[in-house]
Amino acid sequence: MSTVCLVRDLVKTYPAARGRRGTPGTPEVRATDGISLEVRRGEIFGLLGPNGAGKSTLVRQLTGLMRPDAGSVHVLGHDLVRHPERAARLIGYLGQESTALDELTVALAAETTGRLRGLAAREARVERDAVLEELGLTGLAARPLKKLSGGQRRLACFAATLVGERPVLVLDEPTSGMDPVARRAVWAAVDRRRAEHGATVLLVTHNVIEAETVLDRVAVLEHGRVIACDTPSGLKERVAGEVRVDLMWRDRAPLDVPEVAALRGFAQEFGRRWVLRLAPEEARAAVAAVTGGAAFAALDDFTLTTPSLEDVYLALGGNATKGLVKA
Amino acid sequence: MSIVSAESAAAVAARAAVAEEETAAPLAPRAHLLPALAAVYRAQLSRARVARIPLLFVATFQSVGIMVLMRGVVDGGTEARAVVAGASVLVVAFVALNLLAQYFGQLRAGGGLDHYATLPVPPAAVVLGAAAAYASFTVPGTVVTAVAGSVLFQLPLTHLWVLAAVIPLSGAALAGLGAALGLLAPRQELATLCGQLGMSAALLLGVLPADRLPGPVSYARDLLPSTYGVEAMARTFDAHPDWAAVGLDLAVCGAVGVVSLAVATWAYRRAAVR
Repeated sequence: MSTVCLVRDLVKTYPAARGRRGTPGTPEVRATDGISLEVRRGEIFGLLGPNGAGKSTLVRQLTGLMRPDAGSVHVLGHDLVRHPERAARLIGYLGQESTALDELTVALAAETTGRLRGLAAREARVERDAVLEELGLTGLAARPLKKLSGGQRRLACFAATLVGERPVLVLDEPTSGMDPVARRAVWAAVDRRRAEHGATVLLVTHNVIEAETVLDRVAVLEHGRVIACDTPSGLKERVAGEVRVDLMWRDRAPLDVPEVAALRGFAQEFGRRWVLRLAPEEARAAVAAVTGGAAFAALDDFTLTTPSLEDVYLALGGNATKGLVKA
Repeated sequence: MSIVSAESAAAVAARAAVAEEETAAPLAPRAHLLPALAAVYRAQLSRARVARIPLLFVATFQSVGIMVLMRGVVDGGTEARAVVAGASVLVVAFVALNLLAQYFGQLRAGGGLDHYATLPVPPAAVVLGAAAAYASFTVPGTVVTAVAGSVLFQLPLTHLWVLAAVIPLSGAALAGLGAALGLLAPRQELATLCGQLGMSAALLLGVLPADRLPGPVSYARDLLPSTYGVEAMARTFDAHPDWAAVGLDLAVCGAVGVVSLAVATWAYRRAAVR
């Protein structure tokens, strides 16, 4: 498979900001710290990481919105650091903001975006109608984006991204706020473009469940670095020897029970919830301990699962448990 | 020696660039200036239905109100002409300068510029399309104000067709200024503030008769582009207007428009890619 997007040693440092009255200064931040990636044709490639990991900075550099301090970005053979203006002619980009389209109707947002992607008026209208139909938005075509729910608005922005075919799509959290029907429409549309035109998709997400189900490969980012890059199942094999035990206590853990007190050393605590990663036989023992005897009365619920990408992320040394979403 | 190696390095780089161009995938076409401008214009104009109509009403109401107010102070003649012309151009300043500065300030602060910056569209198309749409928003309000004022102060309606030149030219000048302010202001609040101040200046320096202003203030009046729109329009209330002077005033508006829109386009480029 040929390489579509080649990123080498990308560095971007935000300068330190001097403190103003009442607000302390912020130190210099390396938002991307030597990132290298290779995305192949037809892949759905994910960038996974918590808030502040450098995903958005990386995407801005890929789409020509921001110049890196050092490093190179090549998309389909074009040097985008030297020619950032070419990015718009290669990449369809769905950003997180919809400010520019908010006051337009769904139909006009899609049509205008297509026109600005260089389509002739008639082509733009034809593609607009096709994309709105495909995503189930025809009924909302005459409504302004502002008046739609968050998920519908996101879907309308996604529709605008698709009008005017591009070989590469860069989607920054495309399904945030969407209901399952809309999500399915998005992934079906992406799959169709991949099957018919060999489209390549670069997806930013902090939703681990979605990452596992839709991505071919994923790069896990933390503090501006790629800490792992593999298929979701390949990544999960790294923690294959472990089983995840989730314990949900009614009020709080009964630490007076010695078995529970002993487990606490292995647990990550999130309020009433404990998460433990254990070898299978240890997990069995732990479950036996909490479901038998005094601890059981304090237990609300428990689950035993094979590891997810979240566990991989934690096992790789990621520590920002807050930034990842399971939904 | 060093010259030779520098040359060969350049040659190698050039060859590499050529090789890259040969293997690179074809680029999608870029949007041309005029179709893109038309698309932006149409989209912006449609926003009026959703977001702008109440504000357009306010702009007109404000100008008509000021004329009613001034009627108690001014008793016909040159001063009345200045008031009617000033109030009419004020509608243009309110919408093209103030609202456009706010719009671009908001777009920049909210990340909305990214949308345009990731499309292959010439910066001038975005700026000119938005400016043209905002200038168009002012047409009904300006016409209503001019007609109402002329009736109120018993001025002739004969030459009001000059609005067909005054609105686009002062619209270009003020919208360019508004867009530049909105895109250059480091923060959204400052963009709003600049827009408001610009409009206040157009109000005070445009509506109040020039010969009653103190010396230094009248210099500020000369610096404000809306002044030339006001003067051009005020001159046409004469029975036999001095068309050369009208043309000169409008030419100043046009020139300021060209410069300010060029500055706004530059500011857009600067704001879009950071």
